[in-house]
Amino acid sequence: MQKQIEGSRAVAEAVALCRPEVICAYPISPQTHIVEGLGELVKSGELNPCEFINVESEFAAMSVAIGASAAGARSYTATASQGLLFMAEAIYNASGLGLPIVMTVANRAIGAPINIWNDHSDSMSQRDCGWIQLFAESNQEALDLHIQAFKLGEELSMPVMVCMDGFILTHAYERVDMPAQNEVDAFLPVYEPRQVLDPADPVSIGAMVGPEAFMEVRYLAHAKQTMALERIPEIAAEFAQRFGRNSGGLVRSYRCDDAETIVVALGSVLGTLKETIDELRNDGVKIGVLGIHSFRPFPLAAVRAALQGAIRVVVLEKSFSVGLGGVVSTDVRLALSGLHLHGYTVVAGLGGRAITKASLARTLREAVADKLQPLTFMDLDWRIVNRQLEREAATRRSGPIAENLLRDVGTVASKVN
Amino acid sequence: MTAPIKFYQTGTFTVGNRLLSPEQRSVQSSLERSNSLNSGHRACQGCGEALGARYAVDAAMRATDGQLIAANATGCLEVFSTPYPETSWQLPWIHSLFGNAAAVGTGIAAAMKVKGRSNVRVIAQGGDGGTTDIGFGCLSGMFERNDDVLYICYDNEAYMNTGVQRSSATPPAARTATTMAVGAEPGALFGQGKNVPLIAMAHEIPYVATATVADLRDLEAKVERAMSIHGARYLHILVPCPLGWGAASQDTIKLARLARETGLFPVFEAVHGEVTAVTKIRQRVPVEEYLRPQKRFAHVFGAKAQPQVLQRIQAQADRNIKRFGLLDLEMSS
Repeated sequence: MQKQIEGSRAVAEAVALCRPEVICAYPISPQTHIVEGLGELVKSGELNPCEFINVESEFAAMSVAIGASAAGARSYTATASQGLLFMAEAIYNASGLGLPIVMTVANRAIGAPINIWNDHSDSMSQRDCGWIQLFAESNQEALDLHIQAFKLGEELSMPVMVCMDGFILTHAYERVDMPAQNEVDAFLPVYEPRQVLDPADPVSIGAMVGPEAFMEVRYLAHAKQTMALERIPEIAAEFAQRFGRNSGGLVRSYRCDDAETIVVALGSVLGTLKETIDELRNDGVKIGVLGIHSFRPFPLAAVRAALQGAIRVVVLEKSFSVGLGGVVSTDVRLALSGLHLHGYTVVAGLGGRAITKASLARTLREAVADKLQPLTFMDLDWRIVNRQLEREAATRRSGPIAENLLRDVGTVASKVN
Repeated sequence: MTAPIKFYQTGTFTVGNRLLSPEQRSVQSSLERSNSLNSGHRACQGCGEALGARYAVDAAMRATDGQLIAANATGCLEVFSTPYPETSWQLPWIHSLFGNAAAVGTGIAAAMKVKGRSNVRVIAQGGDGGTTDIGFGCLSGMFERNDDVLYICYDNEAYMNTGVQRSSATPPAARTATTMAVGAEPGALFGQGKNVPLIAMAHEIPYVATATVADLRDLEAKVERAMSIHGARYLHILVPCPLGWGAASQDTIKLARLARETGLFPVFEAVHGEVTAVTKIRQRVPVEEYLRPQKRFAHVFGAKAQPQVLQRIQAQADRNIKRFGLLDLEMSS
């Protein structure tokens, strides 16, 4: 059914169609509308049976989900940013125990300075936690990925994060095609846990493991993610066959066939990129886009296959490894080992800085001319950066950084070029 | 109907089943007991926590007819019970993290409810560190929502698993690895304390009780009572730790009894935030008698004795006695 609804509402309704049995809710922007929507569906009786638990922290949210999942219930929660970090210990625990919890991450920057707007720092910080990480390009894909995530996670007994850009997707009203309950039921089987806490067959879960087997347990998590590399495209294909649209998969190319330059990105910025690429193509620039939809497992082979015909690769990312550069870029480079392509990392959109077509076109033209710096911070305001550096050189007690910069920017703290 | 038997009438402070009719006898005295925390685990000799857990979990198993699931915090109980491939647990058991046992319990209870299996009951358990410190947020959340979980805290008054460091349950003056017996105020400082049973009562949850391993029949009865109630329940058990307290292994029961008989550890029950029963002190003893056998208090006595510290601890015991009415009126003068 076609609906014109907010992205968060679309995700809430899609999650409800998956018949979760336990939902843990804790508010954090920009995720909150999702659990609000689910809370309403549970309280009204539309989603039944389901236990909707208002927990006291994200750490508790994930911990309640761990208990519920280990007791055989399909479990769901959603978070973002500081919340994801606050539950970090439990995130690793859920994947270590092999519990197929599904969690939406409404991607948001991490403070300090506190910032509620979108970038990918939060889920990227949990890159190595053992969860599958899927990235949505649109609200339709976010909705669809949740339905696929329960199927994928439960098959492999692994937790899955569905990452969608905070505000840009979560708060955007778009038309989406909401599947019918019977269609989802036919696609997503009833959860059959591999391990379950049941008095009829008592097991101990969560034993200490020493050097004798710890590496093997960790390797098995990797082996399962390798299996996910196979299953993600298969599930996406089955989804396409049943629901009539392409969502998910490992990577998706746009106008890459004869591209000399390929831009790699994740999430909603792919839409802006495609429009920019269309304009550049009109000017005769041979350029395309590769969207990565599964960040963990990282599809090394698929990325290599998609990029190996190009001359240069630009990784546009809303994440940043301080002291190194790109996060996604590092993985892309690994995929391109030995290929000697020209590689550029463009860090953009941190903390919600708008990524405009104009800036993208300018940056990509520089890349095509091989005039781009290997690590570029798109639309960085060098004026205030340099002023702060001068201030610090001149005065020991130069004061708090963020506050200095805000004073330099002036009253309009939010700047869109 | 005969007059109720007080257990000390058996001539010992232990369970005294011989004088009781079979249905009144303790869970542990029955061949039917579940041995939920089975023998062969790696607790130290004289471990109060192992003893308390064995009695508490078996009593909960009997009360629920074996329909029980346990969530366990990280700590001694978790480590000594599950050195895989061995596990002592004869019931479904999960260890997730140090600070989330109460929340994991909430999740299990929610799963049972949603699956229409509310007859399967849930306990969550941890030491004082996992309960009064790192797990406190999750514990309070579970209380506030009145989730159907019995939380059992085995309080040995410090982080024993990591090598005896101070927790918020460590008593003043006690020496731990992070409150050394050196300087002008050796041992743990006199803080304001953190009385988690009272904090649990402030949540007005259906049932709060304290117990010690000195009175195991009382412990069993409280677990049984707790399992007859739905909602959030809290049981705080004092479990002496020979290693951490610097006490002899054979003195675990004796020290637990002295903790109660001095008034330092009040044993009581509370329903919906109101104290409904207290275990009276039988033979009041000065705190010195409890503190002296423990090396963690050695600096209070001996060459550099600190009588003022002893007085302050005695004052705490006196306050408990008054506050909880631990002495019968005719004895309290």
